Amino acid sequence: MVVKGIIKKGEYYDSVTLMLVARDATKLDGVEDAAVVMGTGQNKSILETSGMLLDMFKDATDSDLLIAVKAKDERTAEEAFAKIDEMLKAKRAKTQEAGEYMPKSLEGALEFMPDANMVIISVAGKYAGDEAMKALEHGLHVMLFSDNVPLEKEIELKKYARDNGLLVMGPDCGTAIINGAPLCFANVVNRGKIGIVAASGTGLQEVSSVITNEGAGISQAIGTGGRDVKKDVGGIMFIEGMKALEEDPETNYIVLVSKPPHPEVLEKVANLIKSEIKKPVVGIFLGGDPDVVKSAGAIPASTLEEAGLIAASLAKGKSLDDFKKLLEEREKEILEIADRESKNKKDGQKFVRGLYTGGTLCDEAMLLSRKIIGEVYGNAPLNPEFKLKDSWISQENTFVDLGEDEFTVGRPHPMIDFTLRNKKILEEAKDPSVAVILLDVVLGYGSNMTPGDELAPAIKEAREIAKKDGRNITFVCSITGTDKDPQDRKKVKKQLEDAGAIVMPSNAAAAKLASYIVKNLGGAR
Amino acid sequence: MRKISDLFKQELKVINIGLLSFKESLDDVGVKVIQVDWRPPAGGDEEVMDALKKLLGK
Repeated sequence: MVVKGIIKKGEYYDSVTLMLVARDATKLDGVEDAAVVMGTGQNKSILETSGMLLDMFKDATDSDLLIAVKAKDERTAEEAFAKIDEMLKAKRAKTQEAGEYMPKSLEGALEFMPDANMVIISVAGKYAGDEAMKALEHGLHVMLFSDNVPLEKEIELKKYARDNGLLVMGPDCGTAIINGAPLCFANVVNRGKIGIVAASGTGLQEVSSVITNEGAGISQAIGTGGRDVKKDVGGIMFIEGMKALEEDPETNYIVLVSKPPHPEVLEKVANLIKSEIKKPVVGIFLGGDPDVVKSAGAIPASTLEEAGLIAASLAKGKSLDDFKKLLEEREKEILEIADRESKNKKDGQKFVRGLYTGGTLCDEAMLLSRKIIGEVYGNAPLNPEFKLKDSWISQENTFVDLGEDEFTVGRPHPMIDFTLRNKKILEEAKDPSVAVILLDVVLGYGSNMTPGDELAPAIKEAREIAKKDGRNITFVCSITGTDKDPQDRKKVKKQLEDAGAIVMPSNAAAAKLASYIVKNLGGAR
Repeated sequence: MRKISDLFKQELKVINIGLLSFKESLDDVGVKVIQVDWRPPAGGDEEVMDALKKLLGK
């Protein structure tokens, strides 16, 4: 085995492009591992952990491209370099082919598009804050996808934005829908009268998808980033977002989505609802006390699905009993499927393994499961006592969020790259105590474009592994997305069902089904 | 004074700094978007960047 490297000075590519090239390079014959990264400090330490930090890389800077290959011999490594070079050239050619002008700076872009009104920033966190401030100073709204932006910088940006009538969505804001346009990781939804302010990315995606799937639509969906509703930032953008929706004549209903905000922020939100917001407000603060939402005069929801259904009922002019009936029917169906699926299990099969790509979806699933089967283990559990000793090794009932840092260092997010989760699915299938594998699939722009093609074979293979051992594993999936998404919800649903999975209408329904099966099998705590 | 809600009445026009895939998604749905060919300032050398910031009074 040899480790070889090359440096390309001053050659810059974005991180997702590079990670996808590295992933394809790792699949080449005779290549055990490959890294294609910019020479940042963090990337160098990743290379070090994987034994690929060659001496030649040590003085490289953020703008140098580092390529390292661990291969069976020198010739294979050289061939891999040539292939990687080809892949990178192909990526670059794709951009150049379009013949589009690419300015070097924000100022250059503004000369070309003087009436631009939104800047999306996804460069490394240490640079992103400065770029965002520059955009605000030019009077532009900002969507800040980057994370690792210092807290002080976030506060500075948001105060400036508030004083100047501008939006700062993020940092670490993965999704928003502005004027019908899906930004970053967002679904293609119906346009309509429901406005959303969300401090949780996949929460926003689930609610906006449920609303669309129910035949209602979204006016605006504003993301704030999770840190906005914490004490230090004080909910600056959450509050400004609510005010903007109140002023917007195209918005008739407002949905608030978040994990429980800091009490001081919650008080500000409640006061605003009481004093300034005249439009009906639906609130889902996952894991929070619904009475607080209620006492502020808003309609509380207990799940993301319920928030979407309430808003859709309001928008369609139906009574609130309407969504309750629908949920009661769904609950009945969940119990029936759970009974059926509990009957085909072998002795000893009694636990669920939730393998999540969406952080909020994982949280919601744990909250719902806790009520049915008690505490579950995880890498980010609700109860810290249930934190897995090793995030890679599940025990009893386990829900892992594969989007957490320990799984994503050096590879694309699991919503984009299914390799890691597919591997985990096969591992879990070998465990004789596993009865249910619970999966979320998040569609929309930014996510994997062929989730059915990539996930269905893993489900089939896992079911085969279990079958050889006389076991039957129930796969329960939820799909966050719509039929208008580029992946097409209907198509993905069929692919997963053909592979033997049960596809539920929401994340909440999927989590409940998985938990009831476990309860029937005696796997509850 | 400018308000956030004014944005909702305008056609969205986007400048994208970073991941190219975000620009491609917007192209796909017909939103006007321009990509910045971004590189780390000062070649990613933090000392030079800090010096530049001082020179520019930031």
